[in-house]
Amino acid sequence: MIAALAFYAFAFVLVASAVMVVTARNPVHSVLFLILAFFNASALFLLIGAEFLAMILVIVYVGAVAVLFLFVVMMLDIDFARLREGFQRYAPVGAVIGGILFLELVLVLAGWRFTDMAADLRLAPNPVGAVSNTAALGRVLYTDYVFLFQAAGLILLVAMIGAIVLTHRERVGTRRQVIADQVGRTGSVVLQNVAIGAGVSPGSILRPPPKDAPKAVEHHDTHGGHH
Amino acid sequence: MNWTLALPEILLAVSGLVILLACVIPKQDTSYGGSMAVIGSLLGAAVLVMMQDEGTAFSGQYIADPFGRFMKLLCLAGAAATLLLAIDFNEREKLARFEFPLLALFATTGMMVMISANDLMAVYIGLELLSLPLYVIAAFNRDSGRSAEAGLKYFVLGALASGLLLYGTTLVYGFAGSTNFDKLAEAFGPGQSVSAGVVVGLVFVIAGMAFKASAVPFHMWTPDVYEGAPTPVTAFFAAAPKVAAIALLVRVLTGPFADLSDQWQQVLLLISAASMLLGSFAAIGQRNIKRLMAYSSIGHVGYALMGLAVDTDVGVRGVLVYMAIYLVMNIGTFAVLVSMRRQGKSVELIDDLAGLGKTHPGTAMWMAVFMFSMAGVPPLAGFFGKLYVFLAAMQAGYLWLALIGVGTSVIGGYYYLRIIKVMYFDSTEQPLDAATPGVGLVMAGSGLFNVLFILWPAPLIGAAQLAVAALVG
Repeated sequence: MIAALAFYAFAFVLVASAVMVVTARNPVHSVLFLILAFFNASALFLLIGAEFLAMILVIVYVGAVAVLFLFVVMMLDIDFARLREGFQRYAPVGAVIGGILFLELVLVLAGWRFTDMAADLRLAPNPVGAVSNTAALGRVLYTDYVFLFQAAGLILLVAMIGAIVLTHRERVGTRRQVIADQVGRTGSVVLQNVAIGAGVSPGSILRPPPKDAPKAVEHHDTHGGHH
Repeated sequence: MNWTLALPEILLAVSGLVILLACVIPKQDTSYGGSMAVIGSLLGAAVLVMMQDEGTAFSGQYIADPFGRFMKLLCLAGAAATLLLAIDFNEREKLARFEFPLLALFATTGMMVMISANDLMAVYIGLELLSLPLYVIAAFNRDSGRSAEAGLKYFVLGALASGLLLYGTTLVYGFAGSTNFDKLAEAFGPGQSVSAGVVVGLVFVIAGMAFKASAVPFHMWTPDVYEGAPTPVTAFFAAAPKVAAIALLVRVLTGPFADLSDQWQQVLLLISAASMLLGSFAAIGQRNIKRLMAYSSIGHVGYALMGLAVDTDVGVRGVLVYMAIYLVMNIGTFAVLVSMRRQGKSVELIDDLAGLGKTHPGTAMWMAVFMFSMAGVPPLAGFFGKLYVFLAAMQAGYLWLALIGVGTSVIGGYYYLRIIKVMYFDSTEQPLDAATPGVGLVMAGSGLFNVLFILWPAPLIGAAQLAVAALVG
């Protein structure tokens, strides 16, 4: 009873927020509704006992994908009003294509059934009742599927190298912090006994004695530009 | 778990990581050392491939057999040769960064995983490991708008193709209940009824793989990407990944889907005929030689797929021989293209080759050999490649397909011979620069293969025969 109620509640919010993703005028709101939809979908997964999928959905889709969407929406100057301009014109074509795809799905699902030998075909069946899904996945991921797992890791590494290759530039004149130089620096900071109430020079920063002053300023610049 | 079977892949992956570390840490330019280390590990992997046992490993996801060995050696040789061509070019064009050979190394690892795949998941992972580095190196010359455009186009269309492949994979998995090739072959075996869902999935899988092989109608990205990417990258694209994609098509269609050949044969016949026709007709009007090579490669894929489309042992053997010869011809041609520069500046129009016969007779001679070979003129290797697939098509009763092949070869002869005409009969005031010794070596090596293949074809044919026997037997 409670499970059924929870299912309908989550499913309703899921569908409603999915509709809002498409119809919301403000793209930031769209992304926020998308996140809400993800949370509800993961709750549905929890209800049917697929706790691993629920976790993945929250961690990957909410934690990474949706946040990336937010970044893109906020940082890129996309004129969403202009993107929507052709909606009326393209709606019929889109509806026809969507209808065809929907029909195909219906046809495929109508012809779909489990074969008699389906249970034997499973490559890595979860031992019934012995362990949770997550534990069962962990057992096979690093043993039976270690080859694919490591290859997938290589793909991620390549993606990282690719992002660096395409975007990283060695700029001239960037100022980086070099802590060793900062610590090793002498002569530019002095401790002085100032008359109480008299304050320091009009710049409000007490500079070193005049004969050192130009040198100290130059010193500061070279440090700033050093990498 | 028999993990030592995958030693070539493991060697490539581990040496990739080591080279990455060794090249990142020093503050100076490490591109030359990186290239050499990558070429070294490719050769090391080739040695391991030759010593490899046969069998399956990793709970049936990985298979090592003579077919895989044949195709992997081709891929490794292609990758190593094109990297050799890239070293000098990249230095002159100020593209010399160690990431280029490294990404090529990871792409080659992806090809090996693909070729050895015995599971639809391994197919997908291998394909992605191949594709992702290719997207990046297409845009490697990031200050050039054309290169960035090439990378972006390739990425967007490649992502679409991956989506198609995944969609097909899920359909096949949903209807067959497994992704393992052996179990799929059982599920689709004789006497089993096959639902429409599997056929739809199969077509999607073919579409995703045909994209990688740039066969018509999934070729749209090829001319733009080939033209925009830096020339050594184009050479890399045209060589090893294409061989790997064809190998994957052969492996998947003659393996798990062998008994569905009624279904996929019509698709492949269409793809093959359309590729040959488009490859020859669209290339006629091209002025940029890299674009021309793109259309030429589409045509060559059509010829190679002819052997697979007729679905006989002889045909598949023809595919293997064709890809081996195509690889060598292509590497030779791109060696000439990489060396095309005038006063240190890279040029890539067909007219820029004018007068090459007088100014650089050696380069011009090899280029003429490659062009004659690509056109399929008898004593050269390219003729035998075509001969084997045409014969297979005729034996299997597909005379119309063989006739299309012959017709398009004649049309293709026009633009290959035009290049020879420009080299020998047109004159120029500004001669091209001379090729560097390394590039000249690659030219001479592949040129000699093309010329001498007729004298000693037995090893290649024998190896291909052995590979096919392992695949279908």
